[in-house]
Formats: sequence, structure tokens, C-alpha cells
Amino acid sequence: MIGLEHFLTVGALLFALGLAIALSKRNAIGVLMGVEIMLNAVNITLLAFSRFSSGELSRPIAGQTFVVFVITVAAAEAAVALALAVSVYRNRQTIDVDKLNLLKS
Amino acid sequence: MDGAGPAIAFWALSFLTLISAGGVMAVRNLFHAVLFLIVTFIGVAGFFLLLSAEFIAMAQVIIYVGAIAVLVLFAVLLTPRAGRDNGETRWAAPGILLAIALAVVLLFAVNDTNWTTIDEDPGLVVADLGRALLSTWVLPFEIASVLLTAALVGAIMLVRSPEEEAEDALA
Repeated sequence: MIGLEHFLTVGALLFALGLAIALSKRNAIGVLMGVEIMLNAVNITLLAFSRFSSGELSRPIAGQTFVVFVITVAAAEAAVALALAVSVYRNRQTIDVDKLNLLKS
Repeated sequence: MDGAGPAIAFWALSFLTLISAGGVMAVRNLFHAVLFLIVTFIGVAGFFLLLSAEFIAMAQVIIYVGAIAVLVLFAVLLTPRAGRDNGETRWAAPGILLAIALAVVLLFAVNDTNWTTIDEDPGLVVADLGRALLSTWVLPFEIASVLLTAALVGAIMLVRSPEEEAEDALA
């Protein structure tokens, strides 16, 4: 018997893994991968609520609609972030987030 | 979701997704991390299918596996000296501790809440999604398209080489 809790658990674990990746990777592209995994975890959670929600006021289609918007924004974010990474690499020959400290006095 | 089929699918997808996400965490070569990331995206698409969101699962495969993974691969290949032997930052240990703490809090909340759920499928089809997008949520839908256009123009502007910008300035 697979219920809502199972999907929420997977979503929570995947989100925590994505957060650990985003906070611990030294490479900016690695950080971006963590962010993408976190967005995917949130999408699993949204669709699980959409599938299992009950009650008169529940509108299951709202969950799916929101996932469409999350995927759209994730695509835009990935395009801009990767362009930034390539642009920074051209100027500094590195995209290690530890070494990008020009604004540090 | 009763029966052996959904249960087997759920556990297989859970192992696939979480282990490949752990692979993204563990490997130091960024190219291998992208390959693990693709497996994670496919596993998440499987979850979407299991939650009977067929259109979203297809969009996940097309957008994440098809577009975003290729984009990340391009970025890795365009930054050749940065892609290998990536360690962790100095802030890795506090970050991982924070992630573990968040996981504990979220799992406690998930298991402690008394969810009222239904088990039968709400029976949503793609037509419902399209109708909702173009009636109730038509304004966010249009804003999303403007955002996509702006993001793509911005990405092209950011990665233009200095020579091209000089040529445009002369013309």
C-alpha cells in the first residue's frame, strides 16, 4: 500500500540531498545541479498532493498547473545560470565559488 | 494505490532516484555528475507517471532530460579546466549538517501529520490541464512565456564573445 506519506518522504529526502549538493559543491555548475534536484523534489511533492488530495475544496488540477510553471521557471533559471557560469569562466578561468570573491575587501 | 505493481514501481524508482542523486553528491568529476543527474531526472519522471500525471512526465523527459541536461553538459564542456577533480567547499560540513537537520524536520512533519487522503485517482487528463492553463491561470501562463523569452535573450547576451560585441558596435 503506497500512500501520500511515501511520496512526501521521497520528496523530502531528495530535497535534502539537493540542498547538500548545492551547499557543498565547489563548482558553480555543481551548485546548479543541486538546485535542479531540489526543484524536482518539490515537483514530486506537488504532484503527490494533487493525486491524493481530498475534500470538497480540493482542486487537483492546481497542483499539475503549478508544476508546469515550476518547470518553466527552472528552464529559464538553468539557461541564465549556465550562461553566467560560461561568462565567468571566460574572465576568470575558474568557476569555483570559493575563488569568486572579487567583492570581498 | 493498492497492489504489487505500484509498490514495486515505487520502491524501484525510489532506489534509482535517491542513489543517483547521491552519486551526483559523491563523484568529483563534473561530467560523471551530469550523467547521474540525468538518471535522477528519469527517475523523477517515473514518479510523475506513477502519480498519473502523464503530460508532466513527458514534459519532464523533454525539458529536463532533453534540454537542461544537454545545457549542463555544454556548460561542463565549455569550462574544461573547471570540470575535473571538484572537491567540496570549506562550508561543506555545515551545509551537509543543515541538509540532514532539514531532512529530519521534514520527515517528522510528514509522519506526524494526520493526512486525509483519497485513494482513487482524480482522473485528470491533459485536456483538464490545458483548460486550467488557458482559463484560470492564463495570466501566469502569459507571464511565464515572457519570462522564458527574457531569459533566453539574456542567456544569449551573456555568452556573446567580445569580438562579436565589437562587430555589432561598428555596424
